Amino acid sequence: MKRMKTGILSYGGYVPYRRLRRADIAEVMGSGGGKGERSVASFDEDTTTMGAEAARTAKRDAPLAAVDSVWFSTTSPAYLEKTNAGAIHAVLRLAQESSAADFGGAARSGIAALRAATQAAEGGHSTMVVASDIRGGLVTSRDESDGGDGAAAILVGAETADAPVLATCIAQASATEEFTDRWRMPGATATKQWEERFAESVYVPLFEKAWAQAVEQVAAEVNSKIDTAVVTGTHSRSVRRVASGLASGLASGQAIGRVATDLSDSVGNTGVAHSLLLLTNELEQAEPDQIIAVVSLIDGVDILVFRTTEAIASHTSSRPLSAQIGACGKLNYGKFLHWRGQIQIQPPNRMEPERPSMSAAARSSDWKFGFVGSQGQESSTVHLPPARVSIRNEDDAMDPIAMAEVPAKVVTYTVDRLVYSVSPPVVFAIVDFEGGGRLPVELTDVDPDEVEVGMPVEMTFRKLYSSDGIQNYFWKARPVRAGK
Amino acid sequence: MQSNTKNSIKDKVAIISMGCIPFGEHWDKSQDDMLIEATQLAFDQAGLTKHDIDAYWVGTATGGNGGYVLSAPLKLHGKPVTRVENFCATGSEALRNASYSVASGAYDIAMAVGVEKVKDSGYQGLVGGATWHDGTKRNLTAAAMYSLVLPAYAEKYKVDPDELRFAVAKVAEKNHRNGAVNPLAQFRRETSAEQICNMPAVAGKLSVFDCAGVADGSAAAIVVRAEDAHRYCENPLYIKALSFVSGTGAGLIDPAYDYTTFPECEMAGAEAYRQAGVTEPRSEIALAEVHDCFTPTEMVLMEDLGFCERGTAWKEILAGTFDHNGELPVNTDGGLKAFGHPVGASGLRMHYECWLQLRGQAGERQIDLQGRKLGMVHNLGGYPGEMVSFVSVLGNDVG
Repeated sequence: MKRMKTGILSYGGYVPYRRLRRADIAEVMGSGGGKGERSVASFDEDTTTMGAEAARTAKRDAPLAAVDSVWFSTTSPAYLEKTNAGAIHAVLRLAQESSAADFGGAARSGIAALRAATQAAEGGHSTMVVASDIRGGLVTSRDESDGGDGAAAILVGAETADAPVLATCIAQASATEEFTDRWRMPGATATKQWEERFAESVYVPLFEKAWAQAVEQVAAEVNSKIDTAVVTGTHSRSVRRVASGLASGLASGQAIGRVATDLSDSVGNTGVAHSLLLLTNELEQAEPDQIIAVVSLIDGVDILVFRTTEAIASHTSSRPLSAQIGACGKLNYGKFLHWRGQIQIQPPNRMEPERPSMSAAARSSDWKFGFVGSQGQESSTVHLPPARVSIRNEDDAMDPIAMAEVPAKVVTYTVDRLVYSVSPPVVFAIVDFEGGGRLPVELTDVDPDEVEVGMPVEMTFRKLYSSDGIQNYFWKARPVRAGK
Repeated sequence: MQSNTKNSIKDKVAIISMGCIPFGEHWDKSQDDMLIEATQLAFDQAGLTKHDIDAYWVGTATGGNGGYVLSAPLKLHGKPVTRVENFCATGSEALRNASYSVASGAYDIAMAVGVEKVKDSGYQGLVGGATWHDGTKRNLTAAAMYSLVLPAYAEKYKVDPDELRFAVAKVAEKNHRNGAVNPLAQFRRETSAEQICNMPAVAGKLSVFDCAGVADGSAAAIVVRAEDAHRYCENPLYIKALSFVSGTGAGLIDPAYDYTTFPECEMAGAEAYRQAGVTEPRSEIALAEVHDCFTPTEMVLMEDLGFCERGTAWKEILAGTFDHNGELPVNTDGGLKAFGHPVGASGLRMHYECWLQLRGQAGERQIDLQGRKLGMVHNLGGYPGEMVSFVSVLGNDVG
């Protein structure tokens, strides 16, 4: 029997729009901060919505690839008990036969899910691996400053005529030992860390062991050196040492081509998502027949080595990370603290929203999560939300129409400084979709004074509010900035 | 002018008494207090008691469910009481239903009463009742929804946005001026359009002074069949038309809707004019009480109700056409802007102003009727794109 060709079928990275200048921390607090910028999830984003955005890009760029499962990893889940991957499953409008599961809690769960998915692909199972994190810590801490928010999705499965493999996995290695370097109690906002020289004495030998295994497997597959190493982890001292060792050849006897950028100046360390995000960043720029090693140092060492195929030459990302990193908006430190719940601001004197009905939400799941309207068969009139009775007479026979990827333009807009919002004011617009359809909708990732009539916008999956512990997800529109 | 009598209420019903309490922040009055006081004013004027009324309709948007809202505080024994609601047109809805009840012959004398206790919520503005929903509904104040009119109107009719903003501020200036001489009004202080334009914007370009006053209040009317009117009252007010249009909400869905008009209001106006036989509203009507929930609303209504050509209302406002001494006085009692807007009561308050003006009882703010004998009321609920609209025409004489 011919062995199936398996590997990465698509990928998508997501970096939220806002950036905090690290120097702003010290300007306010007198200490903390550092150089460069970090990414910050908007007040209406959580790890699930960011993961959904990354997964949308991966799905959009390989629309015909099967997705048998969605696996979601985060250290900062929107829900415990309830599966967060379910919302992403609904956003992607996957079939009921496809499953959704969380790899929750630990920072290692992202790379672990990617390894598991790579192994599952051998059995013909395709998995959308989604890793997403919101990183922070106590005010002025290194975690606050060095952390970043973001998500990455990597679709791993078997090649089909419609979905070629972009990179095959040619080596996998892992090394584990029980030791405690960083820990956080459930419900706590900040992670604690042991004296940092200790973990270096554990990580480095574990890396050397796993790396030797990986190099051996690579040598058995190909007769060429590793081009690029992505090195990341939650113990920065060990990450630096391993990266410099790989660059100089001390680790392997043979220097690798280069150590990949870690995006620390522009994004920060996105924790559970970071190895997948950095791999995505490399894949976006990779040429055929390149060998990329992913080295993750989180409570042990995980290594995956990929070799790109010819197909990667004709694959382009619809929302490349480079564009998302470039098209960013500034966020001041006060707002950052507010969005993180570390300070409270005076809200408008309006009622807070009531929790939505979960049975009503389940009935309208394709609208609420999939952004699917209805379209009259006769008049083609688009109804948002979907309607059973048309606004055009005698046109009640309707079909569902997926609108999440349809571009739109602002028809008119307003700024509401009276209404309740987690982060007032609400910027709101009437938007018309290309080819038909209108929606009055909140805008996000936007400053009130930059909105104009005619401004192109696109839909993005967000959290409108939380009430009674229920995360109320729906869609907003954002200015088109980082698309291709 | 002969009216088309098909589907028309014209001259079948008369208002024989009305009562309206002052609108405002009644920290010292409950909803029950206001209901008792407004109904008592109407009873006293007609020399009737609660026992003389055959049936009651009580309108409140958020003040409770069931006829019990009225029958309990008034201790009505064995009377039919119906609570109605139709957004901000709730008060007019109570009058409409009470009128039909006597026109049908089911009852001989009926009362419509509207009430709203809005100032007990602890929040600014109006607080709507919650219904179960899937969490995808928009989150926006009414002020913001109506603020969408200005940029759309400026674009469509090529009006300078600042000039347009000033024109709608003039609406508030006029209504404050009218309210200043109305002892029942919530706000009795004049303010200038210049001052309003200089206030901070809270929704689009609108300031809080572009918004209706948020007030508690209650108003009531007693209706009988037209032929019985003179048994109760020397100078009754005859109902010439009652129309109501509940929109499809298509404006939120249909890219053809451009936010410069309220089609539900235009339809309700045309239907009322048909019933009443009005063909030239601007010259036939002595005064119009319209739903000025926000200043751009009144501007758009001047066009939707046929008082002026499309795209010209802003100029007519600046020219003073709708001022107290203008060609067609609008909101002579101060309107929602200055009289205040207790949701369930406002529709009846508007009729109360026609009751006073057409019968020459408006005192200091009495307008010159110029020989005209018709007044009209326009009362809407909802938002641009998804609206309900009521229009009535009232007159002193039969025929």
